[in-house]
Amino acid sequence: MTQNSHSNFPWNHVIGFILSIALTLLSVWIALYTSLSITAIIWIIVSLAIIQAGIQLFMFMHIREGEGGAQVFTMVYSAIIGVIIVAGTIWVINSMMHSMSM
Amino acid sequence: MQLDEFFVTGDPLIYGADVSIILSLIGIIFVLTKYKKWKWLWNEWLTTVDHKKLGVMYIISAVLMLFRGGVDAMLMRAQLTLPNNEFLDSSHYNEIFTTHGTIMIIFMAMPFLIGLMNVVVPLQIGARDVAYPFLNAVSFWTFFMGAMLFNISFIIGGSPSAGWTSYVPMAGNELSPGPGQNYYLLGLQVAGIGTLLTGINFLVTILKMRAPGMTLMRMPMFTWSSAITCVLIIFAFPVLTVALALMTLDRIFGAHFFTLMDGGMPMLWANLFWIWGHPEVYIVILPAFGIFSEVISTFSRKNLFGYKAMVYSMVVIALLSFIVWVHHFFTMGADASVNSFFSLTTMAIAIPTGVKIFNWLLTLYKGRIKINTAMLWSLAFIPNFVIGGVTGVMLAMAAADYQYHNTYFLVAHFHYVLISGTVYACFAGLYYWYPKVFGHKLNETLGKISFWIFVIGFNVCFFPMYFLGFAGMPRRVHTYAEDTGWFELNAVASVGGVLMAIGFVIIVYNIYYSIRYAERVKTGDPWDGRTLEWSTPAPVPYYNFAKIPDVHGLDPYWQIKKEGKQELDIEEERLEQIHMPDNSGVPVIMSVLLFIAGFGLVFEWMWMAIAATIGVIVTMIMRSFDPDEGHHVEVEEIKEIERNVRRKED
Repeated sequence: MTQNSHSNFPWNHVIGFILSIALTLLSVWIALYTSLSITAIIWIIVSLAIIQAGIQLFMFMHIREGEGGAQVFTMVYSAIIGVIIVAGTIWVINSMMHSMSM
Repeated sequence: MQLDEFFVTGDPLIYGADVSIILSLIGIIFVLTKYKKWKWLWNEWLTTVDHKKLGVMYIISAVLMLFRGGVDAMLMRAQLTLPNNEFLDSSHYNEIFTTHGTIMIIFMAMPFLIGLMNVVVPLQIGARDVAYPFLNAVSFWTFFMGAMLFNISFIIGGSPSAGWTSYVPMAGNELSPGPGQNYYLLGLQVAGIGTLLTGINFLVTILKMRAPGMTLMRMPMFTWSSAITCVLIIFAFPVLTVALALMTLDRIFGAHFFTLMDGGMPMLWANLFWIWGHPEVYIVILPAFGIFSEVISTFSRKNLFGYKAMVYSMVVIALLSFIVWVHHFFTMGADASVNSFFSLTTMAIAIPTGVKIFNWLLTLYKGRIKINTAMLWSLAFIPNFVIGGVTGVMLAMAAADYQYHNTYFLVAHFHYVLISGTVYACFAGLYYWYPKVFGHKLNETLGKISFWIFVIGFNVCFFPMYFLGFAGMPRRVHTYAEDTGWFELNAVASVGGVLMAIGFVIIVYNIYYSIRYAERVKTGDPWDGRTLEWSTPAPVPYYNFAKIPDVHGLDPYWQIKKEGKQELDIEEERLEQIHMPDNSGVPVIMSVLLFIAGFGLVFEWMWMAIAATIGVIVTMIMRSFDPDEGHHVEVEEIKEIERNVRRKED
């Protein structure tokens, strides 16, 4: 891998950057210019977002380096916070929508 | 756009502010030119990457912002003292409470604490600077430019007026047209970059740059609190960044994330805001806990009681802080299961916080307590913070919250936790670490006078607000009728506000007085301290430690002193050359460009925003191709500097 040596061109970063932009544009295109159902669009763009997060972890964020224990802990902690924010938001907002429509 | 739309016109208060701003700018430029200090300013301060100087600049900015936010507070008290008062009209009042809240949290409390972290953390862990000194300068300058962008709103274009929480639809284009709300969005966005970078920088510094022998469980408590704060920053601030970006898209580019129409979801803003906002209040309270721990331990002349319990309770607080956010909007209409869950998690936070309170009390217990200004602030913190905490538990009960919410009870509660927690800690930390940076103490007599006036004023100001809340006075009203019966308590609160203002003025005067008249401290350890920062001379040489210390336990400097091998003998010691980072002008230029880009977006002048953003990218590219190898300080130079700073001590 090139990312450990400073003399080489940072290909990982460039490829990661281009892929991130491509995935973002793809999401925009799917959301705005296709005639899929809302549910399908949401599933697709959420999947693309997760793929993009993965790309960034590998291309930019040195996930293959570092000590194992600390790395696992960090990833688990991040995942927990991510789940809390996303699932919590869906739970809370759904609950409000529900009580408003009554 | 007409010129009279660009500048805020029509209010004598604003004209007064215009004049004073222009006069102080002229004054600053005049003094800098007359004493030929421009070059000095650029070389020593604007381009510096030294964590101590950046810390000092953070603290100076925070004190300025405390003044600005305090003036806002005084204006509000002046308006509310009498019923049916016409000093401020409702829209002006709305602007003032919005800027007061935003400035005090984002541009006063956080930078003050981050400033203290900058000064202290590298010294406490035996490091010569932070992990990324250049990034540290970027942090400071983006914070500063974000703060300036937000602050000019009241003379150029008009201030935001939707509250510091900026709930939509109030903050949307229909109800808040014009540049005001854009200032809020862009000012916080630019400053938020700086905060996020600080979080990353200090976490890496604390994890990777500790002196040999300093294990995690040997770190001073302030360093521990800073580390946990950094984790909170790293996980909370991206949420704010995204939420601000989405609202910016709504307001400037016609998107519909938070609008009422076209599938927008206004409640999502409140939800995202508080997912950031609740960790944010712990971001400003945990470092405060760290400061009190240091001060109480030093002046009780004991090590901190229950060190491990202190650490674990902070970790638990940090975890819980991410699962309580709904308690800020219990009344927005979530069902009982949601409210009960968040009610329970909120009450649970009282447990680790209570553990900490008992640990401080037991640290004091049987200590040889030395009373001075830093200690007084810490002692006053305990009872006042408990009042704030207990009323917080009252608010945590969702059913009861339907009564308290949006009243002065809430206002009293959060001022009790934020002022007696964060502000007292800032002052305690200022008095405690001031000699380390400036080589002289702040005057104790003035310090104690200001302490008593401020603390009495604080309680006189905010305790009556609990009862105003019970009496039904809603927050954020610009006036009230005479028959409400709210006049007496409001008048009392205003007297307290005046006392706090006097206390603040004495604190600032004390800095001036002490610079002129205080004795220079003879040693780097004026308080008989316990942690590594006191082992360095005062003022600290820019490389901090001539020789990196070895750590063998908790409170390492105390140990060194007990074993009697106090002094580093410069002539005998085998020193090595020190590798230090170079100064750089890129951070300040990059931040000025961000300011211009933000300003362009505020007024929706896209040519300006795009040009400045290209400029920002250019500075990033410049930075990418800068090898930035730093420089070495030679052994002879170190010896010379050390001889000079230590000669004073004889």
